[in-house]
Amino acid sequence: MTPGPHDLDLAIPGTPPGPGTKARQRKLAINRLRERRPLTEEAVDRFLASNEAPIVEGFRCTFLFRGDADEVHLRHRIVNQPQRVPLRRVQDTSLWAVVVELPAGSRVEYQLEVRRGDHTEEVNDPLNPRVAHSPVGSSSVCHASGYTTPEWTHPDPHARQGEFLDLPLQSRALRRWTHTRVYLPPRFRPTSRYPLLVVHDGDDYLNYAAMGTVLDNLIHRLDMAETIVAFSNPGDRIREYANHAGHARHVTSELLPRLQQDFPLIDRPDARCLMGASFGAVAALTTAYRNAGVYGNLLLQSGSFVFTDIGEDHGGGPEFDPVVRFMNRYRARPRRVADHMYLSCGVYEPLIVPNRSMVPVFESTGAAVRYVEARDGHSWENWRDRLRDGLSWIYPGPQKLVYE
Amino acid sequence: MPTESPGRTATAPAPEPAGTDGHGAGRPRVVLLGPQRHPTVDTVLRDLGLCGRRVGMVTAGWREREPEDELLADLVGGNAVNLRLWHRMQQVWEADPELAEADTRRRARLEEMQELYLRGLGHAMHAVADLAEHHARHPDLVEAARDDAVRIIRRMDTRHLERVAEVHAEFWGAWPPHERPALAEARAQVAADLAGVEALVVTGGHVGVLVGAMHLFNVAPQVAHLPVIAWGAGAMALTDRVVLFHDRAAHGPAVAEVFTGGLGMVHDVVALPSARDRLALGDRARMALLQQRFAPARCVPLDERVRVEIDAGGRLPDGTPVLGEDGAITGWRDQP
Repeated sequence: MTPGPHDLDLAIPGTPPGPGTKARQRKLAINRLRERRPLTEEAVDRFLASNEAPIVEGFRCTFLFRGDADEVHLRHRIVNQPQRVPLRRVQDTSLWAVVVELPAGSRVEYQLEVRRGDHTEEVNDPLNPRVAHSPVGSSSVCHASGYTTPEWTHPDPHARQGEFLDLPLQSRALRRWTHTRVYLPPRFRPTSRYPLLVVHDGDDYLNYAAMGTVLDNLIHRLDMAETIVAFSNPGDRIREYANHAGHARHVTSELLPRLQQDFPLIDRPDARCLMGASFGAVAALTTAYRNAGVYGNLLLQSGSFVFTDIGEDHGGGPEFDPVVRFMNRYRARPRRVADHMYLSCGVYEPLIVPNRSMVPVFESTGAAVRYVEARDGHSWENWRDRLRDGLSWIYPGPQKLVYE
Repeated sequence: MPTESPGRTATAPAPEPAGTDGHGAGRPRVVLLGPQRHPTVDTVLRDLGLCGRRVGMVTAGWREREPEDELLADLVGGNAVNLRLWHRMQQVWEADPELAEADTRRRARLEEMQELYLRGLGHAMHAVADLAEHHARHPDLVEAARDDAVRIIRRMDTRHLERVAEVHAEFWGAWPPHERPALAEARAQVAADLAGVEALVVTGGHVGVLVGAMHLFNVAPQVAHLPVIAWGAGAMALTDRVVLFHDRAAHGPAVAEVFTGGLGMVHDVVALPSARDRLALGDRARMALLQQRFAPARCVPLDERVRVEIDAGGRLPDGTPVLGEDGAITGWRDQP
């Protein structure tokens, strides 16, 4: 964990060295560059032209910055690790570097903090074209050894596209207009009956987790049942998603009846699923809790399931107060909220502990629980990458019935 | 009794006459093929002397893509007739909503039965796996406990199949097909299409839809005297027991499950289409358990270029690839 004379290792405790073990014995590209005498800017030019940044060599990732600066730091959000890691200037050149260990399969979002005199700014890595987007901006992305973006997240020319319909709805429960996008699967037939998935933060799932493309692909490949998906969107998200009675009433007494009226839905709890990430997962959980027996399935990603075992000091800020009150009450007296619960969480996010802690609690209610962890953070691409596993588990496709 | 090397083409040793008109003497009754990505159905028809003859096609497993049969019709030889079972089934449901509603209720009941059976099956399979992990102080005791668990699984498989058959029998008892004009008319149309047909080709696709459609239009008795060539779901549909399997499902290996009775044109065979793609064939213990569950029926992997010709006596020819007791694929050899 202590930077060496040239490297700084960010080893994740308890993880095997992985496929990069041999790479440790090989000299890293950055170290070969450092050994050059003299080291010129032209050599740095050639180095950058022949390497993608960050440079991934086994489990070691070399982060780079080039330019005038007084200090450069790598900023990331891997929990329990130093989140501000200094880069060091490579000899007297304009190149800065730090080597970080990342276990195989990791995907890490980061930025670079650059200080020039009194001015400090956080920027995406100018040398790295990989960028992840979210409602709060964008970040650079490091794909560690072994990570690849799942191919089913990219548009497949053979997969037919579903259709989107806008569903504006005046909500008395929320005292505002709500805006939901309804996805009808390819080859939708009004005479058929479909299961329903209600997605919290719907537009974010579509924009940042490629969920429209994912649905088209999973349905095309028979991994997932043909499903009608309601992408709902919050108004005041922090208020509405934190165990809010109005939200639960809107989803169950306003949105669901309207969807049942307009679309051919299977009218059974096992054909209804609520889904969400972060606070959206809290909204899904609490909506199901407040409407026992209505929803048979929950798909919860990186749920903000913050609780306290002693006292009320949770450290999450006032927006978490209603969440903590709910979670503490629920943990004291758990009851079944759905028959099937899919949970996923990134091991690099602070919410990993509450999520792990909730698994046995949910299991104790008799629910079938599938819990999956990934070497990723609290990010939309993490949630995107788990969609195939989650959706195919909640609503399995007819693949087991189809034989070419 | 398995032999050492499974052949790609297996033919019954002394085929009995399949036809009643003297032309079909020596033809196999049923030919099961591997997937047709690189079609061999044309070769099979040529070998059987059926080139250019009138051939019926069932593509109902393709569901709404049922009409997209141009390539198959070309391979069959131009004188083909698609029975359009899926299309006709939709027409029956539209014309007879009361029957359609009853069918929906039947399917809902079957769906829940399948779910309950699968849930119990999962626990029983887990028990077998758990026993396999047990550090045996007395191996014979572990073996006996495992045998007990497998016996329970076999019983669950059998009972499930019986219950499914009971649901179907109850349905047809309550809704006699000859009393439903739309269905009776569609059956007559299918029968008319089958008149003069000299062979039937059944493709893959959705095995539930395919079996349902072939039962609905009572196809099996009408083709009892014809050679039938089938692959994928079509091959499964011809057997007396359809077993679903997918070891490479999106969220991990699925437990193989009995689904329904088939048309019973091939007995004591569990058809396993695209086995190399869908089964963990390298997991010998898993494959051995699969075979053990359905013995004395034989599990027959139907991979690319496999061709299994079964005569009217229903005998599985020597050399047919089957799962052996040890879980390895081996060649079948009948008792001398």
